[in-house]
Amino acid sequence: MLSSIGISLVVLVLILSFLIIYTASLDLKTPEQIIKKNIYKLSLFQTTFTILSFFTLIIGFINSDFSLINVYENSHTNKPFFYKIAGTWGNHEGSLLLWINILVIFSYLFLVFSHVHGKKFRLYTLIFQNILILGFLFFLLLNSNPFNTIYPIPLEGLGLNPILQDPALAIHPPLLYVGFVGCSIYFSAAMASLLSGYSGKPFAKSIKTWVKISWCFQTLGIIVGSIWAYYELGWGGFWFWDPVENASLLPWFAITALMHSLIVLEKRNTLYSWVIILCLSTFILSVTGTFLVRSGILNSVHTFASDPSRGIYILLFLSFMIFSALIIFFLKHKKENYNFNLKSREIFILANNWFMVFFLVTVLIGMLYPIFLDVLTNAKISVGPPFFNIVIIPLVIPVMLLMAIGPKFGWIKSQNKILYKILFLILSAVMINLFIIYFFGKYSVLSNLIFIAAIFLILYSLLDFKKFINKKNKTELPRIISHLGFGLLVFFIGINHQFSLEEDFNLKIGEIKETKNYKINFEDMEIKESKNFKSVIGNFKLTNLENNFIQYLNPEIRIYSNPETLTYEAAIKTKITSDLYLTMSNVSRSDYYNIKFQNKPFMIWIWISALMIALGGFVRLILKNNEN
Amino acid sequence: MLTKKVKNRILFLIFIFLFSVISVFFIIKSLNENVLYFSSPSEIKQREDIPFGRPMRVGGMVKKGSITISQKNIQFIVTDFENEILISYAGTVPSLFAEEKGVVAEGKLNDKNFFIADRILAKHDENYMPPEIKEIIEKNAK
Repeated sequence: MLSSIGISLVVLVLILSFLIIYTASLDLKTPEQIIKKNIYKLSLFQTTFTILSFFTLIIGFINSDFSLINVYENSHTNKPFFYKIAGTWGNHEGSLLLWINILVIFSYLFLVFSHVHGKKFRLYTLIFQNILILGFLFFLLLNSNPFNTIYPIPLEGLGLNPILQDPALAIHPPLLYVGFVGCSIYFSAAMASLLSGYSGKPFAKSIKTWVKISWCFQTLGIIVGSIWAYYELGWGGFWFWDPVENASLLPWFAITALMHSLIVLEKRNTLYSWVIILCLSTFILSVTGTFLVRSGILNSVHTFASDPSRGIYILLFLSFMIFSALIIFFLKHKKENYNFNLKSREIFILANNWFMVFFLVTVLIGMLYPIFLDVLTNAKISVGPPFFNIVIIPLVIPVMLLMAIGPKFGWIKSQNKILYKILFLILSAVMINLFIIYFFGKYSVLSNLIFIAAIFLILYSLLDFKKFINKKNKTELPRIISHLGFGLLVFFIGINHQFSLEEDFNLKIGEIKETKNYKINFEDMEIKESKNFKSVIGNFKLTNLENNFIQYLNPEIRIYSNPETLTYEAAIKTKITSDLYLTMSNVSRSDYYNIKFQNKPFMIWIWISALMIALGGFVRLILKNNEN
Repeated sequence: MLTKKVKNRILFLIFIFLFSVISVFFIIKSLNENVLYFSSPSEIKQREDIPFGRPMRVGGMVKKGSITISQKNIQFIVTDFENEILISYAGTVPSLFAEEKGVVAEGKLNDKNFFIADRILAKHDENYMPPEIKEIIEKNAK
């Protein structure tokens, strides 16, 4: 029943896509300046039907309708209500439907909110967006249909992977999807701009808000994913340079570069071709990332069951996208004259773009190298964190310095005399760095430089913030928040990296372990029943040997029945200055429990500063809306 | 005669070109220094040029009944059904680590029969099998 409703709705969306492409191409030839009303109507219907199809699937999950294979494979009757809903996008097929939903919704919103822009440009955008929608609809119907049925109907489902039954992971995919799929609209707009000749400043204005929206959501999505990895995966870290994590970074670098160079296009009416390239590559990279992750080509610790047949389809569609984008770009792009003064803000934005592209290429090479080597020589390799750390981290130093100084320069040519200020702030940063070394311990030359650069950026941003409070120049505020957030992020990650303590050992119940600063007493254990899992809770008494302060930590081993899996829940005590992190695991039911104990300084500040980066973007969006 | 503008442009292009070549060179260089090779127990037995003391990955199935645990570490045998290797590890194992399941260990080779792991890689899905291990098992099951 639900299956036929769902499939009919998806087919309706498909037909509407064809209709929109058809009517829009007819409307292109008419001389009127406004788009026909019926295109709006078709687009509205299309949006309504996609949303309805997604709700149909959600209803399937809520009612545990196991006649749908998708529900049978990913849900269970005794799963908590919240995770029944979240299970809808916690699997490949359901998330693809969410993907299409976002494509369609963005398509409609763009049509409605772009009415000040050229008619041809808007129609072409709509056509390209609907070609994308069609591509993914066919993929959904032919290969990954969430409405496929199973007969005989099973009585019980297989359940959702317990590691996904977590609030952070329930909101992580929708956030990332708004971020990644949101890029589609300026992919289409870039193609439309090339074809219709609607370029320069007006083009920049038309996609500005969309770039910001997807940037905010991508940033937020990546942060939420890291937070989840930190408390759910039990190793105490939050970033591992794993292929799946890298796949999310690639479009982020491209979109960050785009967001900055778009300002140049808007203010100076130059860099048009470069902006177009970035628009196109952001969405292409998003799809590439999805393709690599879903097809199982990349070997990642975050890989969930994958299927190579998906890969072939996405690869074909991807090649089609890249190929047509390249053809249109080379046929239609125009020569531009570049005229930049060395002492101008444009130069700094170009520098930003250079670094972003460099990071992007580095991560891309690191990601693809194992695949090439496997094909060429059959050697199995993986590229670990050391590679990324060596190539990327040193370059963060100049990035932070430029981030601080760049916004001080005016457009075109600047006469700013800020040399003394820079010298003074660098000196202060060096002093603060010496102060940290003196009180907390030494670190390498590179770390010294990173701390100095980070403190320099923080101080500079704080001075800017003080100026903002005096002058209330609203356009500066989002930039200050984001740049300050980035400085703080690097600073706190540095501190955290330098001064984290980690101990691994095995304990029996009743045993005591003494580390350098802590005495850990494994007192006893208790068993608790919850709705869909049983948990074994350990009672650990932690005594801080310096001040005899006593704390209790309770890590859990959760035994889920559907599917039968164990998860380890870390016990985390968060304080303003540090996190205490303890996980307990058990192998082969031996008497020994495997304990991982960590003391991680300033963890909460890492999250706060990362959220500040995203907050800057949201503040910009709100300020823009108020102005209009 | 080239005008000053054209000259500038050519210089600029040469500069950009050199810069990119150097960047890519450094990327590839550090890439080669920092990759982790993956080997099966059989490959470790057979290959003459296995580097000791350099980080690498070993994978296979955890042999049934081979896990022993002491206060300091965990030891277990990884097999590809032809050869096996003893792995010693001090640290937390991922939740899906169990006998007769696939495992990938990262660390250094002590000698051809003994591997000291720094990390056991976590997989999030009980149905998931790393491709390297799948290949080994399929090859040896024939």
